[in-house]
Amino acid sequence: MNCQLASESIFYQNALYRFIHDSAGAFMPCSVSHVIAGLAIMLMLVNSVLLGAALVTWLERRLLGRLHNRIGPNRWGPFGLLQPLADLGKLITKEDLVPSGADKIIFTAVPLVMMVPLVLMTAVIPFAENTMLADLNIGVLFILAVSSATTIGIFMAGWSSNNRYALFGAARSVAVLISYEVPVVISLLGVVMISGSMSLNDIVQAQSIPFLLVQPIALFVFVTGMSAELNRTPFDIAEAESEIIAGYHTEYSGIKFALIFATETGALLVVSAVITTLFLGGWNGPLENFLGWFWFLIKTLAIIFVFIWVRATYPRLRLDQIMALSWKFLLPLSLINLAITALEVFLLRDASGNLSLPDLWVMAAINVPMAILLILVMGGLFQKKVNSLPIRTEKPMVPGVPTIEVK
Amino acid sequence: MYGLAMARGLLVTLKNMTKKPFTIQYPEERVKQHPRFRGEEFVWYEERCTGCASCAKYCPLGIIKIVTSPSESAPRQGDKYKLEVFDIELQRCMFCGLCVEACPYDCLFMGSGFEQGRYSRDDMVIHVEDLRNSAKNPSTFYRPQLEQSGYDPRGGRPLTWREVGRENWDWHKREKAGLRLIGTDVNIPSEESE
Ligand code: SF4
Ligand code: SF4
Repeated sequence: MNCQLASESIFYQNALYRFIHDSAGAFMPCSVSHVIAGLAIMLMLVNSVLLGAALVTWLERRLLGRLHNRIGPNRWGPFGLLQPLADLGKLITKEDLVPSGADKIIFTAVPLVMMVPLVLMTAVIPFAENTMLADLNIGVLFILAVSSATTIGIFMAGWSSNNRYALFGAARSVAVLISYEVPVVISLLGVVMISGSMSLNDIVQAQSIPFLLVQPIALFVFVTGMSAELNRTPFDIAEAESEIIAGYHTEYSGIKFALIFATETGALLVVSAVITTLFLGGWNGPLENFLGWFWFLIKTLAIIFVFIWVRATYPRLRLDQIMALSWKFLLPLSLINLAITALEVFLLRDASGNLSLPDLWVMAAINVPMAILLILVMGGLFQKKVNSLPIRTEKPMVPGVPTIEVK
Repeated sequence: MYGLAMARGLLVTLKNMTKKPFTIQYPEERVKQHPRFRGEEFVWYEERCTGCASCAKYCPLGIIKIVTSPSESAPRQGDKYKLEVFDIELQRCMFCGLCVEACPYDCLFMGSGFEQGRYSRDDMVIHVEDLRNSAKNPSTFYRPQLEQSGYDPRGGRPLTWREVGRENWDWHKREKAGLRLIGTDVNIPSEESE
């Protein structure tokens, strides 16, 4: 039995997978060696996502502390680095409660349902050259589809908890997801158009200059939309502590809560990795094909910092404000961006449909000022709309009952 | 403008990140405490206490319990009552300081500590023995004579009962010439040792 990985396989890009598969394939059937190689890599990915999530919790708490003029956790380990471990130990030893009247099976399945899509997303992210599990030719679509699947878990949690607050949180989360999925998908179309491929590997290779410069509006819309989908402040109405306790995971305790929490911070990590891949040039760095994973890590951390920074700055929006932001601000922006990008690609591409480096620079020169202008103008328009909302007047129509008068 | 205000908000938090944190790492670092701090571990001078129980009556929570018996040694010479029980249930105390204000003989003082956490409520009750043996570093709360002398209970030396009153020592010599102390080994020093 001499089973070599075919070069057209989606796993062919991954050098480690190829190595494990080919060495196992030397003395066992192809199907078995596929399973062995897949399990080995998936084990690495799962563990790195969970460990990364733990480190991101630490980073988030430390950075939030510094942004708030505090210190943050610093008691256990150097700089408090072992704090996630302490939290985990506490959560594991806590009682694992299931509320009475809860749908036990669904309630228990939620951490898994939320965790699996997160890990699946890492399968298509190129962490460095030849270091992605599967080079899917529909990578972008896969990421979008799978990242939304986490919301099913959120809704299952809300529905099965037998708790009104949980249900409110879940309903809000689904409402936010439905509105933000539209601008997010449309914003990514520009990236796909320029790189001419949906495979994340090809997108990284197409970024001779980072798409941050070529598609600034898309980046803006994507980051905003993603922070809404991740339920992060200022869009964290799904788990708004001051309104609905903890939202959909109100009833979760013990290890289930630990898993849900790890999923949330792990999602931050993975989404930052996706943004790095799509907009910041992935593993491209100043040194040609060298230390790709290092540049990737630096860029991902920068994106995580932006998310934490935004969280530390803005107050929570109301549900109607969040909906308005999506439909009245982000959706038009992403549509305009799509139209402009389509026009530019149509005019600039050569006969074979490719864009050269000067073409990308031309696009950047047009798109960056355009982005600043559009965001400011749209923001001004959006603000006007907000100001003309109905104002409460003091003239009661029914004696004693104040009414709202629409101007 | 909408977008500019958002950017300015981001800059505010970024600027705060570069500042030194306000946090004081408590067990290692401490803020300076005011000498008038009303803390736990009351300071009580048995030599001054007459057992009048004003403190117990004035305590709004009624958590001071005093039992006295007549002193048997020298009642004729103006001796006082003997204190058998002096319990302060610290776990319910709100440190209002009314007992200290009520004490007519400047003999009860607030302490300056705040680290008396215990695992059981019973351990929180201060008994007369604890009061006798505790460190005599009185807070200057409601004791202007201490405050005027610039006394700082944290780091200052322990004060004897003769130093804390608002009267001077000569007053004692005049008014209470026959004063003798029961149940303690404190003797009134003669004039030479003054
Ligand atoms: S400080 Fe207030 S509450 Fe405490 S013992 Fe004195 S009078 Fe009672
Ligand atoms: S008020 Fe002062 S003198 Fe009277 S019993 Fe209380 S501590 Fe003693």
